[in-house]
Amino acid sequence: MTMPFYVAPEQFMKDKADFARKNIGRGRPLVATVYADGVLICAENSSRLLHKVSEIYDRIAFAGVGRYNEFDQLRRSGVQHADIKGYQFSREDVDARSLANLYAQYMGNVFTHEVKPLEVEILVAEVGARPGEDEMFHILYDGTVVDEQRVSALGGEAEAITGRLAAAYQPGWTLADALAASVRALAGSDRQLSPNELEVAVLDRSNGRRAFRRILEAEVSELLAAERRAREEAAQGEEVIVEPVVEQEPGPGTEAPGSDTTGGEEPPSPA
Amino acid sequence: MTLPIFPPGQDPGPNFHEVLRRLGLTPFGGSDPGTGAAGNRAMAGVPGAPGAGGLGTPRSHDDTAPFLVRHGTTICAVRYSEGVLMAGDRRATAGSAIAHRTMEKVHPADTHSGVAIAGAAGPALEMVRIFQLQLEHYEKVEGQALSLEGKANQLSQMVRANLPMAMQGFVVVPLFAGYDLRRAKGRIFTYDPTGGRYEETDYHADGSGGRDARTTIKLGFRENMSRSDGVELCVRALWQAADEDSATGGPDAVRGIYPTVATITARGFERVPESEVAEAFDRVIANLSAAEFAAPPSGPTDARAGASTTPTPGPVPGLHSGSNASTSTGQGRPPGDQGAAPPSGLGSLQKGFWP
Repeated sequence: MTMPFYVAPEQFMKDKADFARKNIGRGRPLVATVYADGVLICAENSSRLLHKVSEIYDRIAFAGVGRYNEFDQLRRSGVQHADIKGYQFSREDVDARSLANLYAQYMGNVFTHEVKPLEVEILVAEVGARPGEDEMFHILYDGTVVDEQRVSALGGEAEAITGRLAAAYQPGWTLADALAASVRALAGSDRQLSPNELEVAVLDRSNGRRAFRRILEAEVSELLAAERRAREEAAQGEEVIVEPVVEQEPGPGTEAPGSDTTGGEEPPSPA
Repeated sequence: MTLPIFPPGQDPGPNFHEVLRRLGLTPFGGSDPGTGAAGNRAMAGVPGAPGAGGLGTPRSHDDTAPFLVRHGTTICAVRYSEGVLMAGDRRATAGSAIAHRTMEKVHPADTHSGVAIAGAAGPALEMVRIFQLQLEHYEKVEGQALSLEGKANQLSQMVRANLPMAMQGFVVVPLFAGYDLRRAKGRIFTYDPTGGRYEETDYHADGSGGRDARTTIKLGFRENMSRSDGVELCVRALWQAADEDSATGGPDAVRGIYPTVATITARGFERVPESEVAEAFDRVIANLSAAEFAAPPSGPTDARAGASTTPTPGPVPGLHSGSNASTSTGQGRPPGDQGAAPPSGLGSLQKGFWP
């Protein structure tokens, strides 16, 4: 008669967590941040057709890193849940918080009861009616939910990326600034990411009922170029003009932190 | 609520209707009338209202029926140079009573298609809702929208799912039109109560006043009409339908209620502003031939010979009981008052009735 080996629960859980963390860490990362008009989600993804970021409902978006089939199933379930809830009650009653809780329950359940935990980390974001009311929920492989206020990073090197993006974060920044900072945060100091390696989408509160909008490669290039120009102009402005220092400080290119909602270059053109 | 996780092999895919069914929410008729869906409240018994839409033999009013169901009536769709126009009146009836004056019968199905409904209002509105959700659900789950033909087939399945209810008299006959982005043209699909789907080449009208509307469109249709001509043709069709069919509402200038008209083009589904519809009505009414309204059946004709400008009260009751334009002209106005100057918005209406 064979006896099963005894494994301490701590060890058992730790093994599972290590397994999930290791595989999630291998995936390419993704960042999300709030900006003047809503929430920006920017993923490193060279596939044009297999999406990491997608729409769940009118004001809710989903993003996942890790194993594609697993987070895609979560995404579909989210869409089904949201559509059913909106049908049974009202469209206004569908919110990111309850969806995030459901995801957390499911992922936590799988983590404890199944042989293999989910090798995914997901983000559920909802754009609010006004700036400051946006919500981002970061859900880990074991069902831990983190409510993020400004920036969030998922996947490999998430901590380093969060640090870089949080350092660059300005309240109420424009889409171009937020996107450029996100790309820099993803890339780090030693490499460059080109627009065709990125998957970018926004939840834009000015976009009508369905706030979700994909920003395609051409527009990403445009936004990044606009931001670069603005930065260069600002830099030149600082170098050349010596006399009216005080006047020039909130120069034409540097986005003054206060002038958020309408100011800035490049209003996002409708898709 | 729990997260709907389906095991592999049992996933309902992008079909929202199927998701609902799996979770025990049957939207149409089906087996269990009591579950969830709001449109099912009017399930039991035989309805008393006349069957609208595609049924060949409308049921007559039945006093033994437990309740009356609200019905919606005339809808039409016409192809024009940029795409398709859809229009529908705003009246819902329950038996011989007007149940609602501002019902919307033309709805956007998604960005590039629209659905108009005739028949029992409850199940029809429920069908529109499910259809809209179905298209959006598919688009989100699959990452791309259905083709126009795919959408038309989806609607066909929903009409067929409603067949048990149609057999009890709750007939829903939608009219589907959209702009086919792949073929770059407007297309129109019609249905019968069994879910039969038929593509029309140029135009169609459905509902209890559909026949009159269809005749009007048939006479006025031209290939590649401009937008304003198309709007005017739809409006004229609805006017004629309202003139012949008591269940179809005409323009209501007093309350400012005008039929819904929408265009579906490469730019998507857009409502035609109410002011534009009102203007189109003014033009239509101004152009109605005098013969249509002039000849009263008896008596006052003789008196008219001498003074053609004098308004004749004779034909008014008969005319008004059939035409719904009466809401703005006849009702609540003493017969002697008809010579008085009408309020500005009604000028042309008055002109039409008292030439």
